[in-house]
Amino acid sequence: MHIFPFVVVAWIVGVGLYGLVTSRHLVHQIVCLIVVQSSTYVLLLGVGYVSGAVAPYFYDIPLHTPAVDPVVQALALTDVVVEAAVTALLLSFAIQAHKRFGTLDPQELAELKG
Amino acid sequence: MRPAVRRWVFLIAGAGFVAFYLWGLTGLPGFGNYPGPYGDIINSVAVAQTKATGVVSAINFEYRGFDTVGEEFILFVAATGVSTVLRHLRGERDRSALDEALDRNAPPTSDAIRMVTLLFTGPTVVIGWYLASHAQTSPSGGFQGGVVLATAFILIYLAGQFLVFERVSPVDVTDAVEAVGAAGFACIGLAAVGLGLAYLSNYLPLGQTPGAVDSSGTIALISFFVGVEVAASFVLIVGELLEQTLLVRQESR
Amino acid sequence: MTGLTTGPAAGPVTGPVAPHIAAVTTPYSVSPALMDTLQVVVLVLVAAGATAVVLTRQPVRQVIVLSGYGLLLALLFMVFQAPDVTLSELTVGAVALPILLLLALAKVRKKEE
Repeated sequence: MHIFPFVVVAWIVGVGLYGLVTSRHLVHQIVCLIVVQSSTYVLLLGVGYVSGAVAPYFYDIPLHTPAVDPVVQALALTDVVVEAAVTALLLSFAIQAHKRFGTLDPQELAELKG
Repeated sequence: MRPAVRRWVFLIAGAGFVAFYLWGLTGLPGFGNYPGPYGDIINSVAVAQTKATGVVSAINFEYRGFDTVGEEFILFVAATGVSTVLRHLRGERDRSALDEALDRNAPPTSDAIRMVTLLFTGPTVVIGWYLASHAQTSPSGGFQGGVVLATAFILIYLAGQFLVFERVSPVDVTDAVEAVGAAGFACIGLAAVGLGLAYLSNYLPLGQTPGAVDSSGTIALISFFVGVEVAASFVLIVGELLEQTLLVRQESR
Repeated sequence: MTGLTTGPAAGPVTGPVAPHIAAVTTPYSVSPALMDTLQVVVLVLVAAGATAVVLTRQPVRQVIVLSGYGLLLALLFMVFQAPDVTLSELTVGAVALPILLLLALAKVRKKEE
């Protein structure tokens, strides 16, 4: 249990990269990029976890209850929303590439000139 | 390089990379053995210092508010980027939304979908507003509330009314709202500089009860502006993509 | 700085551990065995979900599988005691991302017709 979450993180990175490299469709590649990025959320939250602690919200629990690390949660939270906007930008690039070259296959796109 | 060769080359190199990554990750103090002092210190002083019971939002909008300004501007630039990249290329023209709606031969939206989505639009707006304005109390905050608010507009489109979606969120108004949200956040920080404090210091009255709606000073205000900006940028992005899908047509040669 | 020149440690930190690193207990903790089991189960589901997303080659089907993967991730974040991140992942991963992807796919498919 001490390193199992990190094994899962490394697995997700490997699987996502495999999908990225062997993909035949630009939108499939973008989704694999989303998967690789999701591994960083698991890593962040795994680093900040305290065994047996509760979530760091003291609205209804006494003030000095041991809680998990809130800093990594703040990082992961904004990360999730910003990822969606960056994905939208990548998708607009894919649409324009399709308009210009007529294909969405990255291995064919690599051979086109001009 | 043939696809099969590419796959084998990647599998070998990828296995090596993942093994190296895993070796590095095992140097961490283990899952659950959190050693660092930063999290414990913030957990013990945040409520007393900012009168906000949601420590994560307090970090997002006060202790590390400068990072959040940067992230919000990433969102802003991404929305601008989508509008720029999806501009009209040479040889494309825009059909008006009315013409498009009149001669679409797609089947009309079923009544079940229409009823459910229209029923849910109101509660979604209320929930989004609640989430964006209660950052200091419970697990909520500007970013989540903004996305939920944007979902309400998307529900209007899903009910089969692209025309209504265009009319409810015209591009100029959404642009202006997004700019107000982003600039509002930056200006709250600048107002702190104007008062002689550091950028983004908390200068509004902190309130008495921790976690009440009027407590925690600038955190609640900043969260509201962030919610507005995130909602506007998502509505802009979805509007651009919808326009591309439904309206922009290649001019026939 | 001296610490940066050595590589990562060859294993987990061993030796005497400061008292606050040992597991804490609060009146709200469930038994550690239950929490551990829950976390392991959800982690295995997340790994399987990621594999499923990558191995689905058709883009439209992959979007639906991605939506399910977003739900699994939200469950994982909840079990890691992070409700804020759960909310974000739910709204973004299960709603906003599939909409963006499906709109882009509709645009591309329309061009091909």
